[in-house]
Amino acid sequence: MLELSMHILDVVENSTRAGATSVEIEISEDTVHDRLTVEITDNGRGMDPATLRKCFDPFFTSKTVRRIGLGIPMLHQAARATGGSISVASIEGSGTRIEAIFRRNHIDRQPLGDMAATITALIMGNELIDFRYCHRKDEMNYCFDTRDIRREAPEIPITHREIITFIKNAIREGLEEIGVRS
Amino acid sequence: MAKLTISDLKKIKEKALSENALREGDRRVKVTVHMGTCGIAAGARDVMDALMQEINEAGSTDVVVTTSGCMGLCSREPLVTVEILGQEPIKYEHINGNKMRQIFKRHVLEGEIQRSFVLATGQEKTE
Repeated sequence: MLELSMHILDVVENSTRAGATSVEIEISEDTVHDRLTVEITDNGRGMDPATLRKCFDPFFTSKTVRRIGLGIPMLHQAARATGGSISVASIEGSGTRIEAIFRRNHIDRQPLGDMAATITALIMGNELIDFRYCHRKDEMNYCFDTRDIRREAPEIPITHREIITFIKNAIREGLEEIGVRS
Repeated sequence: MAKLTISDLKKIKEKALSENALREGDRRVKVTVHMGTCGIAAGARDVMDALMQEINEAGSTDVVVTTSGCMGLCSREPLVTVEILGQEPIKYEHINGNKMRQIFKRHVLEGEIQRSFVLATGQEKTE
């Protein structure tokens, strides 16, 4: 995984598999304190304390088709490579929150990548789940919420080809406006 | 304020509704892009991107796109499954954006299975 947006796509996939109906992705870039944080919060079924302890272990997975689980370990590695850290908090039955902190200007900090492609891929694969993506860069802020789209165009599935193209372009423009580089 | 506005969205909505292409039961093909950790690391998002572009360009209204997790064949990723209604699902291996475009044009639209990319036919288990 070479871009933060790919890690995000991957880790949010855990949320959708945990039965979440709503996922929030928050990225904040603080150029003054040289920080980039990625926060993912879902309302899925959460993890019990024993599972939570094991989630950084690459040889732990809840799946049966293979015996490794690299999603969170790889995000952990990406954060650690910049002198950052990761924390996972979960309450069984109510949801999970992951926060990864990066040193923004560290040479090993992976580029953000294409967040518009990540969000649209998530929507395509999870039509019924609501996604909110907010990106803050210093004082500037951009937010996208699938609920806004559903409110404006309730008659059309959100995965309709033209809606998806609209969303992709809207996110690209929104990020460009607040000066986010992919 | 972004240049793309709510009024743009409304225009899309009206156009989509006038196309009258939203009837249920209109789903002829289901395309699944496998998006586990392994799939994503191998380039599944580019495959999804190419697929969405093709659907948009072709104006297809009867193709459903979905994603699934890892099925344990991580070394064959990115995997794509094409299932035409009433036929056995076809699983393609080592797909990239260009192969996805070819599969879309030839298999999804014209029904011609792209044998050189096929991994297997039939259902799998992903959990």
